[in-house]
Amino acid sequence: MAVAKEKRIILKYADAKGYSNDLPCYLEHGGYDMLKKAVKSKPEDICEEVLKSGVRGRGGAGFPTGMKWKFLDRKSGKPIYLICNADESEPGTFKDRQIIYKDPHQLIEGMMISAYAIQAKQAFIYIRAEFFEGARILDRAIAEAKAKKLCGDNVLGSGYSCDIVVHRGAGAYICGEETGLIESLEGKRPNPRIKPPYFPAVLGVYQCPTIVNNVETLCNVKHILEMGGDAFSKLGIPNNTGTRIWCVSGQVQNPGYFEFECGALTLGEMIYDVCGGLNPGRSLKAVIPGGSSAKVLRSDERFTGTLKDGTEFDWGVTDIPLDFDGPMAAGSMSGSGGIIVMDDSVDIVEAMANINAFYAHESCGQCTPCREGSLWMRKISTRMCSGGAREEDPDLLVSVANQIEGRTICAFGEAAAWPTQSFVAKFKDEFIAKANQPAPDDDAEGPARLRLI
Amino acid sequence: MSGNGKVDMVSIILNGEEVEVPAGINLIEAAEIHGREIPHYCYHPKLTVAGNCRMCLVEMGMPMRDRGTGEPVLDADGNQKIGWIPKPIIGCGTNVSPGMHVNTDSPLAKDSREGIMEFLLVNHPLDCPICDQAGECRLQEFAMDYGRGYSRFVERKNVKPKRTRLGPRVTLDDERCILCSRCIRFCQEVTKDDVLGFVDRGSYSTLTCFPGKELSNNYSLNTVDICPVGALTSSDFRFKMRVWFLKESPSICTESSAGANTLVESREGQIYRITPRRNDAVNDTWMTDSGRELFKQVRFESRLTTHQSDGAEVTLDGAVARSVELLSKDKIAIVGSCNSSVEEQYLLRKLADQTKAKTHLPGHFGDDDGLLLSADRSPNLRGALATGMVKKYPSDNLKPLALQLGKGAVKTLLVVNEDLFSLGITKEQIKKAKIIYVGTHENETSKVADVVLPGLTVFEKSGTFINRNFRLQKFFQAVPGPAGLVPDFLVLNRIAAELSGEVAESFGLESLWNEIGKLRVSCLKGIAFREIPSDGLALDPGQLADLPYVEGPSLNFAPAKVKKKAKAKPKAANT
Repeated sequence: MAVAKEKRIILKYADAKGYSNDLPCYLEHGGYDMLKKAVKSKPEDICEEVLKSGVRGRGGAGFPTGMKWKFLDRKSGKPIYLICNADESEPGTFKDRQIIYKDPHQLIEGMMISAYAIQAKQAFIYIRAEFFEGARILDRAIAEAKAKKLCGDNVLGSGYSCDIVVHRGAGAYICGEETGLIESLEGKRPNPRIKPPYFPAVLGVYQCPTIVNNVETLCNVKHILEMGGDAFSKLGIPNNTGTRIWCVSGQVQNPGYFEFECGALTLGEMIYDVCGGLNPGRSLKAVIPGGSSAKVLRSDERFTGTLKDGTEFDWGVTDIPLDFDGPMAAGSMSGSGGIIVMDDSVDIVEAMANINAFYAHESCGQCTPCREGSLWMRKISTRMCSGGAREEDPDLLVSVANQIEGRTICAFGEAAAWPTQSFVAKFKDEFIAKANQPAPDDDAEGPARLRLI
Repeated sequence: MSGNGKVDMVSIILNGEEVEVPAGINLIEAAEIHGREIPHYCYHPKLTVAGNCRMCLVEMGMPMRDRGTGEPVLDADGNQKIGWIPKPIIGCGTNVSPGMHVNTDSPLAKDSREGIMEFLLVNHPLDCPICDQAGECRLQEFAMDYGRGYSRFVERKNVKPKRTRLGPRVTLDDERCILCSRCIRFCQEVTKDDVLGFVDRGSYSTLTCFPGKELSNNYSLNTVDICPVGALTSSDFRFKMRVWFLKESPSICTESSAGANTLVESREGQIYRITPRRNDAVNDTWMTDSGRELFKQVRFESRLTTHQSDGAEVTLDGAVARSVELLSKDKIAIVGSCNSSVEEQYLLRKLADQTKAKTHLPGHFGDDDGLLLSADRSPNLRGALATGMVKKYPSDNLKPLALQLGKGAVKTLLVVNEDLFSLGITKEQIKKAKIIYVGTHENETSKVADVVLPGLTVFEKSGTFINRNFRLQKFFQAVPGPAGLVPDFLVLNRIAAELSGEVAESFGLESLWNEIGKLRVSCLKGIAFREIPSDGLALDPGQLADLPYVEGPSLNFAPAKVKKKAKAKPKAANT
C-alpha cells in the first residue's frame, strides 16, 4: 500500500515558493476571509463548530478544545482572556516555530476567530524567549493586522475589539505549562498553580477566566470555520480529527516536519518512507513518539490490546498509527508530535542521562518531588555514564521516578518521570551492563567529558 | 457558617471511620480535630495555601454515582462504591465535602510521605548537631515518624551559602531551606512587606531578598518561627541554647495593648528567647520583633535589687514599715502604671481608698502599626480602668499632679514604675513631698525617692493584663526574680494590711481574685483566677467601652467606635 501523502492544511503555504509572512501575501491567499465570516456569525455558533470538529489540543495533552472552551466561567462577569501558548520547548518539537516564522497571520486570524468565539477581552501570545525573531515577526504582523482593522479596536467594523499582545518568556520550559505560563505572564516566577482551585478557565490570568491554546490548535480554528465542524471531523479518524504536524528528529536520513491527517500513516511509514529511513547499515533501536517526555518505545516491542472502539490490535513499533490514540495505546503518547528516532549507535543510558539533565535543568523547583527527584535522577544517570554505574542504579532510578509521578503540582512530574521509567524498564540489560563496564581511563574528567543538553 | 452563626458540620469518612467536621476546612485541619496527623511543611493555618511541599499527600475518594442517572453505584454487598482518586491529593488544598473518604494511612499515602521525606533530605546538609532548629525541627520529627529510616543517596549534595544575612535579625542557612515559601507568603500577606523571593531554579533555588531590600520589618522574626526547618535563624538566638533545655512559660507581651500571647523560654533562671503563642482572637501566631527583646531588661545594670529607705539599704520589712509610716499621713497621691498587672492596680486602688489618696495614671502612646504594635504602648491601661484605680482615660502627662504639688496638696507620693520627671513634673515641685517608689528599674524618680521597693518584671511574676480587645489574659512567672524580692502585689498587699493595723496573711493570686471578683461595679465582677482560660477571657467592657481609646483598626481588633462601619480587618488575605 502506498504511503499516504502529506495533507497540508496548516502548513499549506508555509513553504510555498514566493510565499512571504507579510499581510499582502496572506490576503492574496484568502487570508482573513474566515475572520470576516466569523464576526458576522454568533460566537456560540463558532464554539459549537469547534466542539463538533472534535479538534484536540496540539500542545501535548490532547484535550478536546471545544470542551476546554465550554469550561469557561462566564457567570463571574470578569473579562475573559485568550492566551496562545507559543512557548514551544519540548525537546524534539519544532512545529509551532514553522507557523510563527512563516505564516504568522494564520495564527493571528485563528486567534482573532477564537477570541471572538469565546468573547475574549484581550489576547496574548506567550512566546518562548529563544524565538526572538518570531516575536519580532508576530509584532510586525499584529501591527499590519491592526492597520487593516483585522485586530484591535472594532475588528472589521463589527464592534468587537480585542488586542493581541506578544509577551516573550525568559527561557524556561516550565512556562509551557499553562498555569506557569499565566504566572509568568503576570510578571511572576512561573511556578505552576495548584489545581484546584486555579483552573485557568475559572481563575486564570489576573484571576479571570482564561483559555490557553497551542499555536497549532488556534490555527486549526480557522480551518474548522472554513470547512465546518462536521467536515473537519471527517479529516483523520474518529476521536483523532484533523491533521497533525509531526516533527521527526534523530537518526533518520531526512528529518523534518510533516503534516498528515491523523492516523493516515504508521510510525514505520514515517521513519522509513517519509524520512528516508535510517542511516545506511544502522538498525532501529528506539523511538520516542511525542517529545522527550513521552515514554520510549523499543524497536522489538509488541503492543497488544483493544482500542476504544473495540478493535483489537497487535502492533510492532512500526505499526503504531500516528494519531492521538495510537501511541497512547502503545503505552506512550503523541504529545507535541516530536518523534525522536534512535538507531543502534545510541548509548541508551546516555540518551536517558541527556533527557534527565534537561528535566533537572528545567524543573522550576516549586514542589518537592520534581525539584529533588529530577536532580537526583540526573546525578545518578550522569554518574552512570561517567564510569560510576552500580547494578542497583536502574532500580533506584525507577524508584525515584515512581516517587515523582503523580505527586507534583503540574504535569512536569510525569514528564520527568516517564522517560526514566520507560528507558529503564525497556533497556534494563543495558543499564546493568553499564555497571560492569570499566571506568574510562581518566575518571576525573568523566563527567566533564559527557556533554549533556 | 450558616445564618444563625452556628458552624455547619459535614460528615466525612476518615480512615474508615465516619466523623463530623466543620464545613469548609481542609483535610489537615479535619484530621487534626480527630487526632490524626497529616504531616505538612508549607501549609500554615494563617497563610494562603501553597501546596508545594507535598508532604500532606493523602488518598481521597468520593462515593460513586452513575454519570448518566446520578444513581449511587453499588458493589456486590449493596454498599456504595468509592471512587478513589488514583493519585494522592494534598490535604492542605483539599476542603472537606460531605461523604468524602480520606485515607491518611493507606499504602499510597504512606509511600507518598516516605518519598517526599526522602526527597527533602537528599540535598539537606543533615547538620543537626550544629543546627538551632534541632529539637523543634519538622524535618527531624517527620523523618522519625514518616521516613524510611535509611538513605539511598550516594551522590554529592548541593552546596549553598550557609550564612546569608537577610536582615538585621534574621540569618539564612540556604542548604537547610526546603523552599516551602512560608516566609515569602508571610511577608506578602501579613506584613505586606514583600521583600523575599526565590532565585535560580530546580533544586538550586535559593531564598533571597530582592535587590536593594532587606528583611527588616518589625515582624521579621516570625519568619524564623514559621520556618519548619533550620533555614531561617534568629541572629540573636543563633547558637545560644539547645531548644530542648528551654522551659516554656506562657506569658503576655507587654510592649503594647495588643497583648500578644507569648512563650517565655528560659533555662536555669535565664531567658533565651520569647516566641509567640497562638491565639486566634489576639495575635494569631505572630508577635513583634521589638517585643521579643523585652526580656533583656531583666538583666539590665539599672535593675533595682535592694530595698532602700532614706538612702540606706534596708530589708523588705524596713522598707514596708517606712512606707506605711509615710502613707499614714494625709495628703497622699498615687501614680499608678499601665504596666502594672490587674492585681497590682486593684491593690493600688485599695490603698487609695484607704489613704484617701488621689490617683494618677500616665499613658504611653505611639503610632499603630496595624498589626500587633498598638498606639497604646502599655499592656494594661484597661486594667486600671476595670479595677477602678482611675476613672478617666489617661493622658500622656501628669499635669493635674503637677498642679496639686504646686499647691502643696501632696505630702506623700507613691509612684509605681513611672518616672515623674519625664511626665512633666519638675524636681522643684516634688521637693516638699516624700516619695515611695515601687519599680523594677532605676530612673530619675527612684534616685530621689525616700523609699525604694524594687519590683519584679513581668517575667518574674504572675498575674493578668487586659488588652485592647478587653480580653483578660494571664501571664505566668518564667524565671525567679532577684534574690530577696517578692512579687509587687504581695508588697502592696502587705502595705495595705499594715495600714489598717492588720498582719498580712499568707496570700496568693487566687485569694486576691476572690476580692477582685467582689468588686461591685466592674467588668471583673464574679471572675475567679483559676477560671480564666489560658487563651484569655473576653470581658464585657460595659460603659468603659465609650472612653477615647487611641488604638486604630489592627489585626483581630476593631475600635469600638468604628466597629459599626464594618471596617475590614487587615487579616491575612485568604484568597
